[in-house]
Amino acid sequence: MRFPVLTATALAVGLLGASAAQAQTEIQWWHSMTGALGDRVNDIANGFNASQKDYKVVPIFKGTYPESMTAAIAAFRAGNAPHILQVFEVGTATMMAAKGAIKPVYVMMKEAKEPFDPKNYLAAVAGYYTDSKGNMLSLPFNSSTPLFYVNKEAFKKAGLDPEKAPKTWAEFAVAAAKLKASGQECVYTTGWPSWVHIENFSAWHNLPIGTKSNGMDGLDTQFKINSPHHVAHIQMLGDYAKKGWFTYSGRTNQGEARFFSGECAMLTSSSAAQGNIRKNAKFDFSVNFLPYHHTIEGAPQNSIIGGATLWVMSGKKPDEYKGVTKFLTYVSKPEVQANWHQGTGYVPITYAAFDLTKSSGFYEKNPGTDMAIRQLNNKAPTTNSKGLRFGNFVQGREVIEEEMESVFAGKKDAKTALDQAVKRGDEILRKFEAANK
Amino acid sequence: MAMEKRVVFRSAWLPYLLLAPQIAITVIFFFWPAFQAGWFSFQLQDAFGLQTEFVGLRNFEELFNDPRYLESFRITAVFSILVSTIGISISLLLATMANRVIHGALGYKTFLIWPYAVASAVAGVIFAFLFAPSVGIITFALKQIGIHWNWVLRGDQAMILVVVASIWKQISYNFLFFLAGLQSVPKSMIEAAAIDGAGPIRRFWTVVFPLLTPTTFFLLVINIVYAFFDTFGVIDATTQGGPAGATNILVYKVYHDGVKSADLGGSSAQSVILMIIVIALTVAQFRFIERKVHY
Repeated sequence: MRFPVLTATALAVGLLGASAAQAQTEIQWWHSMTGALGDRVNDIANGFNASQKDYKVVPIFKGTYPESMTAAIAAFRAGNAPHILQVFEVGTATMMAAKGAIKPVYVMMKEAKEPFDPKNYLAAVAGYYTDSKGNMLSLPFNSSTPLFYVNKEAFKKAGLDPEKAPKTWAEFAVAAAKLKASGQECVYTTGWPSWVHIENFSAWHNLPIGTKSNGMDGLDTQFKINSPHHVAHIQMLGDYAKKGWFTYSGRTNQGEARFFSGECAMLTSSSAAQGNIRKNAKFDFSVNFLPYHHTIEGAPQNSIIGGATLWVMSGKKPDEYKGVTKFLTYVSKPEVQANWHQGTGYVPITYAAFDLTKSSGFYEKNPGTDMAIRQLNNKAPTTNSKGLRFGNFVQGREVIEEEMESVFAGKKDAKTALDQAVKRGDEILRKFEAANK
Repeated sequence: MAMEKRVVFRSAWLPYLLLAPQIAITVIFFFWPAFQAGWFSFQLQDAFGLQTEFVGLRNFEELFNDPRYLESFRITAVFSILVSTIGISISLLLATMANRVIHGALGYKTFLIWPYAVASAVAGVIFAFLFAPSVGIITFALKQIGIHWNWVLRGDQAMILVVVASIWKQISYNFLFFLAGLQSVPKSMIEAAAIDGAGPIRRFWTVVFPLLTPTTFFLLVINIVYAFFDTFGVIDATTQGGPAGATNILVYKVYHDGVKSADLGGSSAQSVILMIIVIALTVAQFRFIERKVHY
């Protein structure tokens, strides 16, 4: 009859353990960081938990950005939302419009009497997530920007100077011709086509993506991505696709594998891809600013961010919000941010973290890791390059990418495709506006 | 005349108690979501459900004015016709051949039935790898014979990919039923036809196939419902409705608009329409096609 005694002991120990843990307030953090990034997220949470005894942050991987956002919406409807949710940049408008579901970060910080100054954060990053009065609604966490990666060995083979990556699209054409002539099967590919070639293209050339400061000033915004400059750029890519100078790889980061495998000589994709490329590429490569059209006045301006921020959900107890506030303050500390930035390829969110990394000599030892922040800070942001805020932009981006795909497949010319994209995109914006009056 | 054995429940409440679990499941997982979808289809709401507005038939109107939705109808029709006709034809061929083999028959039958155990999402992933534009083995083979395979850009190729993956899974199911059907054909009829001088092909089409019509009809219904719904896993794991909506079948569009785009009103309206279509299809099939079936 030893079994019941064992069970009783186990139960007692379990209950004791449970009651001890109850003294700590648990804070649920839903995120979408995988692999090495997920490990870093756990490091941050463990660091915070070890630094104090009152709160315990529990990071939970809930799937990709759309999956975790959907899960959070469903959980909110069931009254079970997490405390902190990592939402990607295209979900910003949806989160901002959900006034009853979120607790704006600046409100929470004020109520908890925590010092919080939006000016400590990078202008290009903070601008994306502040309202028209300059109040920050969510905490920037992992922001990236697209960069231009060049395979130096492929350049050498084609007779080009490997240290001189193309700065303009005109120089790109020269390089592409030589690369193709030297037998390079795939000359150039891209990840995240809409993010790179429509959204960042607009910001980099100081062109508007939509009216009302790219949607920041009102829900009645309309897309402006069918301007003559946009049409010319996408038509250029369509022509390059026909010539074999541009190979389309898909809507996410599928192009990155083609670059680090050596298949494609040039790549535009997220700055966060650097880690992966460094790990897998068996050749020397350089990290550069995006190419620009020297014929467009104002270029190059500055690029805009991708990535995600941390939103705080509403309906929690004041004690829990105190814990969330402490955690967000911890995450913004220069050392924590610097560590996160150096280990991932995301940009440092605060100026303090950037200075800390610079003074530690990190950028000298790791060339190319500061390109992202330099491109974001290239010039002070204008209304065209502060960021964007379009409702239901998950759908909107897909519409844009569908139309772009038809140009790359040679089915439509760029003018028809972009006009269609604007028409369909505006319908989606109007639906969002109607549902969020 | 066989004697019908009837089971009589003497108790008044026992039958209901025994049925209760199944009814509870049906109500919770089928009727409740269906009613909620019907209710949502008349509303316009934001993603979090904080503001809902009754808008009557507006969601339905918007759907029918949307060329993408009408295109989805066409794509679903093409997809389900391809999957069911090609799937049934191939399985019938395989079943006829497997019926004649004596040596190793068990081996052939096992391998032909095996794919049914594979989940659709897994089948989708397998074919996604085989046909991957850069690294797929079949892509490589196609390149050798001069075919440029890139389903990420070409909609017709994406359709071929999902049709092949869906058929591969369903062949086992069809094969099983056809095999059983073939084995129930009386040998005496076939021998009689052979004695009368009919060749094997003539024998098949005039004797065996008419006797298989109940099985074929049943499989046609099952395959169309399969193509409408169970192929979701294949599409989600491979093309996600792309490129440019070329594989955006109705059931996938419901998921995409509801979950990824958080458009609950539109998505619910689509699922209501889908339910009406399938009910109508099934009724039509049982009414009209059943007449041609020889029992």
